[in-house]
Order: sequence, then C-alpha cells, then structure tokens
Amino acid sequence: MNAFLNQLPIGLSIGAVLLLVALGLTFTFGQMGVVNMAHGEFLMAGAYTAYMLQSWAGRQAVLVALPVAFFVAGLMGLVLERTLIRRFYGRPLDTLLLTWGVSLILQQVARDLFGAPNVQVKAPTWLVGGAEWSGIRMPYARMFILALAVVCVVAIWFYLARTKQGRRMQAVMQNRELAACSGIATSRVDQRTFFIGSGLAGVAGVGLTLIGPVGPALGTYYIVDAFLVVVAGGLGQLRGAVLAAFVLGLLNSYVEYWSDASLAKVVVFAVIIGFLQIRPQGLFVLRSRKLT
Amino acid sequence: MLEVTGLEVAYGRAQVLFGVDLAVPDGGLVCVMGRNGVGKTTLLNAVMGVLPTRAGKVVFEGRDVTRLPTHQRVRLGMGYVPQGHETFGQLTVAENLRVTWEASGSKDRGVVDEALDVFPRLRPLLKRRAGFLSGGQQQQLAIARALVTGPRMLILDEPTEGIQPSIVTEIEDAVERLHRERGLAVLLVEQYLDFAMRLADRFTVLDAGVVVHEGAGAELRDERVRGLLAV
Repeated sequence: MNAFLNQLPIGLSIGAVLLLVALGLTFTFGQMGVVNMAHGEFLMAGAYTAYMLQSWAGRQAVLVALPVAFFVAGLMGLVLERTLIRRFYGRPLDTLLLTWGVSLILQQVARDLFGAPNVQVKAPTWLVGGAEWSGIRMPYARMFILALAVVCVVAIWFYLARTKQGRRMQAVMQNRELAACSGIATSRVDQRTFFIGSGLAGVAGVGLTLIGPVGPALGTYYIVDAFLVVVAGGLGQLRGAVLAAFVLGLLNSYVEYWSDASLAKVVVFAVIIGFLQIRPQGLFVLRSRKLT
Repeated sequence: MLEVTGLEVAYGRAQVLFGVDLAVPDGGLVCVMGRNGVGKTTLLNAVMGVLPTRAGKVVFEGRDVTRLPTHQRVRLGMGYVPQGHETFGQLTVAENLRVTWEASGSKDRGVVDEALDVFPRLRPLLKRRAGFLSGGQQQQLAIARALVTGPRMLILDEPTEGIQPSIVTEIEDAVERLHRERGLAVLLVEQYLDFAMRLADRFTVLDAGVVVHEGAGAELRDERVRGLLAV
C-alpha cells in the first residue's frame, strides 16, 4: 500500500509537466491547426533559462526563472509563428515537417551553446527533501511542480473566461471565420495564443529542472506524450487536457513502477489507441464540424 | 455605398465568379437571387474578404477595400451575417455579443442594448450557450451580433433559410425595420420571392457565376424574370 502511495507524487508531477506542455499545444493545435513539433524545445529553453540564471540568482534561480522562462519561451514561439508558421496555415502536414526541422535546429543550437552533456540546476534548499507522513514520502520538488500546474491552469481558466483577450481567443478557436466577421483581428489573437502557449512550455521546463538533469534533447521526451494528451483530451479543451494529462502521468508512472519504462510506454500507447477507437474526437469536443 | 466591379473568384482551378458587377446605393436594399450553386454565397464571402479574389474591385463608401482583411472591413461598417445561422456555440448569448462589441472598439454599451431591442426574444436567453439555441434563435443572435459591430450596411446570406416559420416573419420584419427606420443599406441573398419583392429596390440574378439580369425591384413580378429563378 505504501509503495502504491509513494508512487502517487511521481505520477502526479509527471502529469503536471505533461499538462503544462500540452496546454500550449492544445491551444495552438486547436486554434490554428498547427502541429508544432518545436514545442518541446520551448520546454528545453525554459530549463536552460533556469540553468543560466543560476550564476546570478544562485539556488533561488528556479523561482526567478519562472517568469523569465515564460517570456523567453513565449518570445521564441512568437518569432517562430511570425517568421515561419504563419505562412503555412491550413497545411498541417507541411507545418509538421517544418517545425520538426526547427526542433532539430534548436536542439543543435542548445548543444553548441551549452554542450552536449546534461547539466544540473540546483534546487532551492527549501525544495530539497520531502514531507514524511506515516511512511509515505511526499518530495517537496514534486509537490511544487503540481502546485505550479494548478496555478497555471487557474490562470489560463481565468484568462479565457474572464478577460477580453481570452474571450477573443475562445471566439477564434470556436469559429475563426465568424470571429473575423465580428471584427476580431484573428492574426493578432493567433500571435497572443502562440506567445502564451509557448511560454507555458517554458514554465514547465523550469519545473523539470527540479526533478532531473537538463539536456538539449529534453523536449523530445515530452513532445509525443504531450500530443497524446492533446488528442485524448479533445482539441482546445482545458478540462480535457487536465484529465488526460493526469491519467497519462499516473498510468505511466505506475506501470513503470511495476514493470519497466519501455513496457509503460507500450501500455500508454495501447490505452490511447484503444480509447481513440471508441472516441476519436477525444474526451471533450469543442466543435463538431471542421475537425480535420 | 458598395460597388463591386469585375469580381472573379476561384477555388483552386475551379472558377466560380466570372466578372460580377454589383452596386448597392446609399441606404438601398439590393437582393441577389439565383438557383443553388450559382455563386451567391461566394460573392458575399469575396465582398467581405473571407475568400480571396482573383480579379476585380470592391469599393465601400468610396474606399477600395479589395485587399483589406475581413475584420477591417467589418470595422468600416460592413456588417456580415454568413449563411447558416452561425454563432460561437460554446459562448453564452451575452458573451457572443460582448466579444463582438469589444472588438468593435466602441465605448458605447448602448449598441448591445439596441441590438437586443431589435430581437427581444434573446433577452431571457442571455445566459444560455449559443449552441443550445434553436436555429431561429441562433439566426436572431447572428443578426444581433452583426448589429453590434455598428454597421452602415448589412450583408445577409439567406437569413431565413431553414428557420421555423414563426420566426421567419420576425426576422423579415426586423430586417425591414432596420432598413426603413435606421436607414441601413442591405445586401441580401434570398430565395423567397415574396420577401425580395416587398423590400428590394434593385435585384441582381446570378447564373453560373455571371450576372444574367439586373433590374428594379418591381420587375420581380415579371414572368420572364421569374423564369430565370425557377428550378
């Protein structure tokens, strides 16, 4: 029983990271139909931002890095959208190849800048260790990541439901043409969505430094799983992404605990494929038409 | 008010419009008619910039808008209600109007109230999600949404198509009142002859992407003109 419960924070924190990565994807994919393979590299950029800030902020780098990484990764996303992706709207297959290329380039850039070997980011002292609770260990770092995801989800929910820009984003996501016919500058909304989505990946990257080393290929470990979350949760769906991310994170960590990492991947893929046979549209549906 | 000259539109290699001319005078009501699939909706979409044009010009109030993106045409005063009573389905009725009002940049909240005065049926539904409304209610919301953009001209694509008869008259009356009392110019695509006959100053008949007849509204009573529209 304790072994079971000890695995819980691990599964939840993996789910939280997946969620932060998938949140950005679900909006860019759901709103613009862009399959952005370079999204994982924004995660990597966020992690290296924390690494870079260490020389200045020492062990508190992680905290300082959260807003900085949001901005750095967001800006990278914005530049990518403005310079390349926007020329490929409505051509999902081409965007996939394009952003995959960008992803490889960014990884090489990271290798040139920071070297191929993994680097470590030292966690703040108050995040080292964990709470012990009748035999169940709750590592502070993993609880911090979980809290980070909760804060981001609440912030996104608030943005979508309660702000002017968020309402516009919903309108564009639900019916792009009608949004334009309502006087909404859709390309401006696209830019904003890309900035926020990419920024969230940067935040996730900072969180990842607390539970593992940072390397140029960091993003590649998460991008596929994040896309699984997006597809299983339903495009552009906040609650779908939340549910799918935690189910996937927990499933992954438990199967891995009882067998090994490769089998865990097999099981997760099998479950997703089975699920999509029954519900190809994902857990929740935003619009019934125009899904391509 | 609106002048379209030599408009050509194509989807890839399939050309749909071959040099269409159309003019809506200030405060006038012009009806575009024709059988299914002759390019009426394509024409409106091209006028609004939803579809790119291959050749030709769209001039609104003396300004060439041919290359302007859709949302800027809306802000100039072209209020568009696309075919098929479209709304933002997951947003409430109030949010549908609010997001449009916010995009218009207008400071005056009164425009939302005025739009609701035109369709009082929407008032008790404000908190309802637009996707759950009936087709007729959705169409009323769609027109109200276009009114919130502060248009000087309304462009309506078959506003009564597929709508329950009880609401059809309400929508027709509303369009008539907006046109006569507020002096809004209207460009209307319509299949119902009665409605067109009652309101249209001028009408244009399209067939296979070209204008085959153009005339004053009264001519719609003419048998030969009706022959052009018979299926």
